[in-house]
Amino acid sequence: MKAALALLKRDIGLSWSRGGGPILAVGFYLTLMAMIPLSLGPETQVLARVAPGLTWLSLALASLLSLERLFERDYEDGLFDILRGGKLPLEAIALIKCLAQWIGTGLILALLTPMVMIILGAPAEAAGLSLVAAVLGSLSFALIGGVGASLSLGSRKGGVLIALLVLPFYVPPVIFGAGLMQAYLTGAPITQALGLLGAYSLFALALCPIATGAALRSALN
Amino acid sequence: MISWLANPERFSRIFTPIRPYIGVAAALMFVWGLYLCFASPEDYQQGDTVRIMYMHVPAAWMAMAVYLIMGIASFFGLIWRHSLADVAAKAAAPIGAAFTALSLLTGSLWGRPMWGTWWEWDGRMTSVLVLFLFYIGYMALHAAIEDETRAAKSTAILAMIGLVNLPIIKFSVDWWNTLHQGASVIRADGPSIAPDMLWPLLVMALAFKLLFVWLWLVRIDTELMARRYRALRARLSFAEEGN
Repeated sequence: MKAALALLKRDIGLSWSRGGGPILAVGFYLTLMAMIPLSLGPETQVLARVAPGLTWLSLALASLLSLERLFERDYEDGLFDILRGGKLPLEAIALIKCLAQWIGTGLILALLTPMVMIILGAPAEAAGLSLVAAVLGSLSFALIGGVGASLSLGSRKGGVLIALLVLPFYVPPVIFGAGLMQAYLTGAPITQALGLLGAYSLFALALCPIATGAALRSALN
Repeated sequence: MISWLANPERFSRIFTPIRPYIGVAAALMFVWGLYLCFASPEDYQQGDTVRIMYMHVPAAWMAMAVYLIMGIASFFGLIWRHSLADVAAKAAAPIGAAFTALSLLTGSLWGRPMWGTWWEWDGRMTSVLVLFLFYIGYMALHAAIEDETRAAKSTAILAMIGLVNLPIIKFSVDWWNTLHQGASVIRADGPSIAPDMLWPLLVMALAFKLLFVWLWLVRIDTELMARRYRALRARLSFAEEGN
């Protein structure tokens, strides 16, 4: 447990101090947000209609950005070989690294989500729900992203390849998350979409570390 | 049985002689199936367009079946480390992608006159499109990793994760009650389509299956030969270095 916490702390710290980190993703997220009214035109009616969907799309894309470096540096400088000698199994290491990615980047993006949605024209009452949804969604983005990042370790096509592998798995949370906001805004019941989003994130939490661990093991051998 | 067959030498010895017969059988079934397609009556609502279904439905079945085969082969490759299973999974991917593309394409061609739209974002179509993306991702990942054993392992993990999409495709028409119709052939209470139309469909389905098996065997054999060639070349260059 102590080792796990130390690793978590180290990874979060590194993601902040390495430059880039959340700043890169946040900048990308906000730039996408700014481009939406520029491409669709500034009519409030149109923007309010597409705000939930495009916010979730931007959130998914912004979550992709730092995945390429999630495992790569530690893989190249041999940290994984040292970690393997310790008590933590690779699955736990994978989980911790993905959680660090979530806390360091995903949660920051999630915190910005209510603001993005309101700027794009959603009512302020939706802020709380959109924050909860974005927190859940970004957790699944980080965990699934870990699978993609570990699978493409050692290939020379990193970034684009990860996007290709991971984005199809981002589809369900985007559907549920945007659908949830759409349902809320039209006054329809929200429990189903919220439940599905939560279930997807929990499934990802249970299964993704296993797949990521297996992929890391194959990369290290 | 599977472990016994997993020896590439033995596999080639058994299947290379029967392979041409499978190819010929596929061709004959296609001739028969296509004849039945055009001999079958027009649909009272769809007219001639119904004949697209005899391509569309078998292609869609194969799109899913090939992915399932890929997933099972990946499982065997990952657990028992049969290199033949890796080869089989890798060889199936482009064929499955082609079947998926064919089913999307024929569906689109049929949808234009029947539904009045080339494409609709309903559950079935979207999930099959995602299946197509999985095939593309699988092939891209395989191509991106140079080391053959590592590539096989990574793609096997990816293929097995992708299996979650299959039940989504299958039940999408029940979960989201949208444009695409529900099952009409494989049902608990028997097929709900007329026998005149069921026959060409089943013959075509068999033709598609035989075509897949034939192409698959050819691709497996090609891959095995390519590997043997690479191994021989490596040995040769090694021997030259030694001199």
